[in-house]
Amino acid sequence: MTTMPATPLLQVQGLRTVFETRAGRVFAVDGVDVTVNPGECLGVVGESGSGKSVTFSSVMGLVRAPGRIASGSIRFEGRDLRALSPPDMRKIRGRDIAMTMQDALTALNPALTVGEQILEVLYAHDETLPEGRIMARRRAARAKAVEMLELVGIASAGDRLQYYPHEFSGGMRQRIMIAIALACRPKLLIADEPTTALDVTIQAQVLELIADIRVRLGMSVVLITHDLGVVSEYCDRVMVMYAGQVVEEGPTASVIQNPQHPYTRGLLQSIPRLSLRGQKIKPIEGQVPDLIDLPPQCRFYSRCSERLDACMNRIDMRELGDKRRARCIRLPEVKA
Amino acid sequence: MSENSNTPLITVENLVKHYGGRRGPISWATGKPPINIRALNGVSFEVRRGETLGLIGESGCGKSTLGRALLRLHEPTSGKVVFDGTEVTALKPDALKAMRRHMQIIFQDPYASLNPRRTVADIIGLPLMLHGLAANRREMRDKVAAIMDKVGLKTNHLDRYPHQFSGGQRQRIGIARALISNPQFIVCDEPVSALDVSIQAQIIELLTGLKRDMGLTYLFVSHDISVIGYLSDRVAVMYLGEIVEMGPVETVLSNPRHPYTQSLMSAVPDVDHPGKHQRVRLTGDLPSPQSPPPGCKFHTRCPLATDLCRVEAPPRHDLGDGHTASCHLIDDNVSILR
Repeated sequence: MTTMPATPLLQVQGLRTVFETRAGRVFAVDGVDVTVNPGECLGVVGESGSGKSVTFSSVMGLVRAPGRIASGSIRFEGRDLRALSPPDMRKIRGRDIAMTMQDALTALNPALTVGEQILEVLYAHDETLPEGRIMARRRAARAKAVEMLELVGIASAGDRLQYYPHEFSGGMRQRIMIAIALACRPKLLIADEPTTALDVTIQAQVLELIADIRVRLGMSVVLITHDLGVVSEYCDRVMVMYAGQVVEEGPTASVIQNPQHPYTRGLLQSIPRLSLRGQKIKPIEGQVPDLIDLPPQCRFYSRCSERLDACMNRIDMRELGDKRRARCIRLPEVKA
Repeated sequence: MSENSNTPLITVENLVKHYGGRRGPISWATGKPPINIRALNGVSFEVRRGETLGLIGESGCGKSTLGRALLRLHEPTSGKVVFDGTEVTALKPDALKAMRRHMQIIFQDPYASLNPRRTVADIIGLPLMLHGLAANRREMRDKVAAIMDKVGLKTNHLDRYPHQFSGGQRQRIGIARALISNPQFIVCDEPVSALDVSIQAQIIELLTGLKRDMGLTYLFVSHDISVIGYLSDRVAVMYLGEIVEMGPVETVLSNPRHPYTQSLMSAVPDVDHPGKHQRVRLTGDLPSPQSPPPGCKFHTRCPLATDLCRVEAPPRHDLGDGHTASCHLIDDNVSILR
């Protein structure tokens, strides 16, 4: 870290999350550093299996056996989350850091009304609710739940509290999940592919909503996506992941206009565009490598058109200046 | 194959597909009218020889139903489909089966559309056996190997099973199966939607290359405007079972005239020019095709809707150069983009 703007809200260093499988050890996340500053929106892009969801499940303490965090530190407002006891972690999860899942239909409990699911979070975490008097507490929580549903743009929210998840459309369910995540005004919202299952017009509604609430509540957002268009429109900074590692990182506009890592370049060239009609798009040949017992080499080696023999060695992230970093030996390192 | 690029290969007239609508035990017992999903409400268009017609719309708009109704994989409720002079909708089962040799489909989900208990050779070779295009298994395997090579699969993987392949490779298997009977027309039903960006680009390149080499005609169904814009010649925009706008892809996408197309275009995030275009936020969701709104189907979400739109379905306006749009406000030349 050369430049340190303020104290980061979330700082992950050297995170390794492994899954022990019968076939061998899978390094789903292998040495990932993440910094999220207060109020910023960080985009995390990568294809399936790149480790983007596992990285943030690790942050939330949601990795279950056979997966485990092998090493690394996760600091939130300076506190080491890995050192916290499960009850202490539970106090942070949902209150200070909230996460919305990709598939709202499976993430919501089908047997509970959405009202019950929002109230659950409030009862667990909200200290402003009146203590002791049950009816007053319930009334206050209900009022808050209605307020949250209204915040995410659900009409006649008071009545809708009694509805079950299946009575809502896909876009509405995603918004309900956002309402649950935001119920305690978290400092950090991790949105895992919030719009992947949605149509473009609904996607625009949900993303505008997150952007709008982010400004109003002054929270930080991590937007996990595979869509570079979404990153380009909504994120301040972007982190590109490939096969469990971060390969490039920097301010969004600068990374997209001037990608440095061959993978980022390939990804940008792979996007079909109307303006490219008649020209060939250049797909990245080959496939993501199997993550079981990988050699220490550059993980993009097998697909890279610019590979060198030296790429067979271990490759570290390099500082490129202007807050940019990338993991490629062809790039000249800038000493701060 | 392409004698005259102006004669349509496929003509669709007033195609209607309703699902359900029949009285079953539940509707008898409850006394409620049976559920009737109006997936296609009178769709008419042509697909020209050698072109790629892009079909775009949101989930539930009927675009996949349309692709399948063309091949009679789903039996249309009414309307006419004419393929190369033959009325497909009037064919008897045997004749239809023979016809399918010339019209094939590639499915969206490369996991669900391949039989997990069959080898690749059997999956890809099945159309050859069905249509009697191979005399024996030996010839079938040779032909399968040839097509596998063409779609970029290793020919020594002939006896593998689908689970031994990645998503992109499985989609190649689906493509090989569609191509092996040497068809003229292929419905591509969201063939790249389930794939990662880098793999998606490989499949798009493959499909455009095959089209060029084999003189194919595509109906390319997708919800992704950038994919449609990249590979289509003409585009049709669907909303709730109707085509609301249609025309050459450059014209429609750079100068959309229907408010729905306009909002669709403005909703797509742009990698290269973030924040360039002004967003039109459509409120609400797609209405249920069970009870579509009267008048213009889009009026419940259209920011420009007038009283006329609420009662009367708009006519199709010809805007010249093959560009058509169905909207009452076309003559006023209004736009929801400011």
